[in-house]
Amino acid sequence: MKIPYYPGCTLHERARDFDVSAKECAKALGVELEELPIWTCCGAVYPLVTDSVMDVLAGVRNLSYASRLGDKVVTLCSFCYNVLKRSNNVMRGNKDKRDKANLFLRADTEARERIPSYTHEDYEGQVEVLHYIEMLRDVVGYDRVAEAVTKKLEGLKVAPYYGCMLLRPAKEMKFDDPEQPTIFEEFLEALGCDVVDFPMKTECCGGFQVVKDEDLAASCSQNVVVSAVKRDADVIVTTCPLCRYNLDRHQDKMAEEVKGFRKLPVIYFTQLLGIALGVDKEHLDFSDNTVDPRPVLAEKSLI
Amino acid sequence: MEERIGVFVCHCGTNIAATVDVKRVAEELAGYPGVAFSTDYTYMCSDPGQNMVKDAIKEHDLTGVIVAACSPTLHEATFRRAGTAAGMNPYQVEISNIREQCSWVHQGDKDAATDKAIRTIKVMIEKARLDEALDPISVPMTPRALVVGGGIAGIQAALDIANAGHEVVLVEKEASIGGHMAQLSETFPTLDCSQCIMTPKMVEVAQHPKVTLLTYSEVDDVSGYVGNFKVKVRKKASYVNRDVCTGCGLCSEKCPAKAPSEFDEGLAERPAIYTPFPQAVPNKPVLDASHCTWFLKDGKCGVCAKVCPLDCIDYEQQDEFVEYEVGAIVVATGYDLYPIENMGEYGGGKYPDVVTSLQFERMLSASGPTGGEVRRPSDGEIPKEVVFLTCCGSRDPESHLPYCSKVCCMYLTKHAMLYKHNVHEGQAYVFYMDVRTGGKGYEEFYTRAAEEDDVLYIRGKVSKIFEEDGKVMVWGVDTLSGKKIEIAADMAVLGLATVPNAAARDLANMLKIHQNEWGFLSEAHPKLRPVESLAPGFYIAGAAQGPKDIPESVAQASGAASKVAALFAEKEYHREPIIANIDEDTCAGCRVCVSVCPYDAAEFDEEKKVAHIKEAICEGCGACIAACPSGSATQKNLTDDQLYKMVSAALEG
Amino acid sequence: MRLRLTTDMIRDDMLDRVETLSGQKLMACYQCGRCSAGCPVVDEMDIVPSEVIRLLQLGQLDEVLASKTIWTCASCLQCASRCPKGVEFSNICDALRAIALRARLSEPRVDADEVTPVMVTDAPQMGVVGALRKLNG
Repeated sequence: MKIPYYPGCTLHERARDFDVSAKECAKALGVELEELPIWTCCGAVYPLVTDSVMDVLAGVRNLSYASRLGDKVVTLCSFCYNVLKRSNNVMRGNKDKRDKANLFLRADTEARERIPSYTHEDYEGQVEVLHYIEMLRDVVGYDRVAEAVTKKLEGLKVAPYYGCMLLRPAKEMKFDDPEQPTIFEEFLEALGCDVVDFPMKTECCGGFQVVKDEDLAASCSQNVVVSAVKRDADVIVTTCPLCRYNLDRHQDKMAEEVKGFRKLPVIYFTQLLGIALGVDKEHLDFSDNTVDPRPVLAEKSLI
Repeated sequence: MEERIGVFVCHCGTNIAATVDVKRVAEELAGYPGVAFSTDYTYMCSDPGQNMVKDAIKEHDLTGVIVAACSPTLHEATFRRAGTAAGMNPYQVEISNIREQCSWVHQGDKDAATDKAIRTIKVMIEKARLDEALDPISVPMTPRALVVGGGIAGIQAALDIANAGHEVVLVEKEASIGGHMAQLSETFPTLDCSQCIMTPKMVEVAQHPKVTLLTYSEVDDVSGYVGNFKVKVRKKASYVNRDVCTGCGLCSEKCPAKAPSEFDEGLAERPAIYTPFPQAVPNKPVLDASHCTWFLKDGKCGVCAKVCPLDCIDYEQQDEFVEYEVGAIVVATGYDLYPIENMGEYGGGKYPDVVTSLQFERMLSASGPTGGEVRRPSDGEIPKEVVFLTCCGSRDPESHLPYCSKVCCMYLTKHAMLYKHNVHEGQAYVFYMDVRTGGKGYEEFYTRAAEEDDVLYIRGKVSKIFEEDGKVMVWGVDTLSGKKIEIAADMAVLGLATVPNAAARDLANMLKIHQNEWGFLSEAHPKLRPVESLAPGFYIAGAAQGPKDIPESVAQASGAASKVAALFAEKEYHREPIIANIDEDTCAGCRVCVSVCPYDAAEFDEEKKVAHIKEAICEGCGACIAACPSGSATQKNLTDDQLYKMVSAALEG
Repeated sequence: MRLRLTTDMIRDDMLDRVETLSGQKLMACYQCGRCSAGCPVVDEMDIVPSEVIRLLQLGQLDEVLASKTIWTCASCLQCASRCPKGVEFSNICDALRAIALRARLSEPRVDADEVTPVMVTDAPQMGVVGALRKLNG
């Protein structure tokens, strides 16, 4: 089965380990992630001011490209998921903005240059934006995932970190309960690991503020990681390269600030899935992590 | 017979007269066919105004009266009574609305308003010319009341009605009466022991010669109409012969099966055969089959039957149905707390030391699960710092409930004080948005808490609660100083919103009592008719109508009881005769009227093969009249002939 | 210092602009403070979120535009998610930044020269793009 896939800029560069592990896992589950033949950066952040049509164009254009491949598009990065989904809602619900956006789409020459057979079709929200985990739950099914597991992750205490952009605003994202979500917990149970519920799983890591004020992001991330440490987790899984960067990067500082701190590796949930599905280890690259996850994984005889 | 209609045009001060030229109206109508007398006056509803009507009826031998004034919902009854006093049939007195539907909405155009007033009155003159003298319909009144719900409101209503000399059937779905008030430790603002003040009433109502108390029972069906309801009550199988049982308690003592105690809000367990609390009325147990080993494991166990000295246990017992005829029904089904599961930001119920207000109440109670000591459910330790949160679910139109639950500010203040009296070195924090202390002695009570019991009130709404390192972490804010606040408390108590009792929704639907969108029973008028529903014969009392405290519940219950007593004061109940009736000669028996009637007032007579209107139930809505294909259904004093003439008068002017 | 409140001050056109641009009704806020209580970066702010809205309700736009607060917001949307009145403070922040930048009341906050080499080589580009869009407009 093929399903259109939008990686987003970061998955192709800084978060290649995320992209590769996700593709291999999908293959192991009988799904081919068909990358959109033409796509651009989604814009990273969804504009919260009301007067911009320009600001949603990047997301809309990608949705328009996706609509050529099918009626769904899967993405991994939380930021991309949030931008695409919210932009899609605008195209579905706001006639004025939809008409203006389509005017711009009609003038899009790049697509025609890259794909000679390309003709414009208005985009009206016909694509459904799915997160990879929603695909696992609803298209593949967690029970099928569980069946495909060759190595149960027994004894590994995993803390799923949701962050912000998957869940909020809840009325638009409709991803899971914004305060007590369970979609990742159910996924982890299918992999056989011990799930660690920790109170800061839906609190912000600091996000883009790390660019301007690294201490601010470090402080937010500390709040999250320390909470997981206190609940005795072995590893944190995430679905956002920025979250992974923030939580992973600042742990030296956390060790200085917090008595009894224990470094926690932060990996992508697809890397964990890859281990469970027996994906070839050349596709599971942990070299980008500041806090190396390999020791704890080896200790539990998982790699 | 010659028509002699009197027209009385009211100025209503300047309400009408500032826009409508009332003198011209009265003058023009004096010459209209059928009008024998026409005048205007400043305030028709005043005594002189009413006397003017009465005098004119006698002096001019009037056959009908039009009072052109405000809406009939205000003074139709006033002028009908005046007409009756002067010897006229009240249904020949009509109101023409030239205020709400004329002067108040056409203030910009006086000529047009005056012209419209004249037409409006002509419409009613045409109606009055053909009005018949009608007599109110009398139905017999069964002077027995049904009270649904045995909480403080239901108990009070039952007592008041019974003391007025009438029989009462009090139905309560739990094994004992008492409701939530029986669960409370102490009540604000006096800190009276709740059970101490309540049990005398509970015993009184149970022993009252005029009260039939049915506990562990539910109303299964209600049919009929005011004065003549037929009620079917289901006495749920308790598997105990409660008539013989003496309440010795041996069965409960020996029962090996356990279930979470509803009375103790899940903080303790109770056996499968249980009496909810020591002061229960009646103090007889019931067997909860859903937790009983005998029922779950095919006859294993049976200990209670073995130990019962009077052989009261009967595993074969079935639900029993009893029927009563009653004249009035008082619904006092009470409240529940908004589910803690809905408050995910506070843990949604997964943190044992984050408790609901009713759970904390049970902890404070001397007969409660912790023997009156405040202890953390997680480890049984005594908490040194407790945080109380107001507005959990209330005043939150975005995610929860928009309304204020009224009692939480007061009861959390009470909780904070009682906690301090219990744990002398303890510290109580109350996070609030506004401290609402509207009742008598309430503000003084709050002052006592803040000044004498060192309760720290922090103005801000808590964003998140979680447990860490054995502490309950509370993230709030003090908006008055602008500081974000974090408290590592030992326990948190949530002031959850008050919602109507869940089971009562179905009951209200069955009784066709209107509820608002949150399920609270609707009163007939928010200001002036707070204890009755719009449907005749149904009265409402207590927290089922809206969040309220105990004194208000008691007052409302007594109010409902007085309405019932007034209803029962007459041997017969009188209804408005402006209802539908069917010409049996022309009725084809198609039964369309039966299918459209929202009140089940139209019935098909199998022998005569025609439809028939039950006069006692028909509300005169007109649905059958509009639907009747043969024109056999007409409305008294609103016939097609009248309507045609009224419309002509309106259009031709 | 006493604040001399006038009708003109609290009905200033610029406040309408804030409302239109953010899509929020300022007067819907009843000052419960939950946004401030749940904000992950509130410690770095000079005026806490609920106070920002209060100042706007009192017509004090200039004070708010000069604050550190509007640049500290990480757009995590926790404030918006928990507000009992559905007021999205995150959106008000975006609108205030937009007003400040468009009217040149404030310079773009991220100076390209300031972005550390480590940011350029190591940080995920979504962070850089996000920061530039949010803080530079």
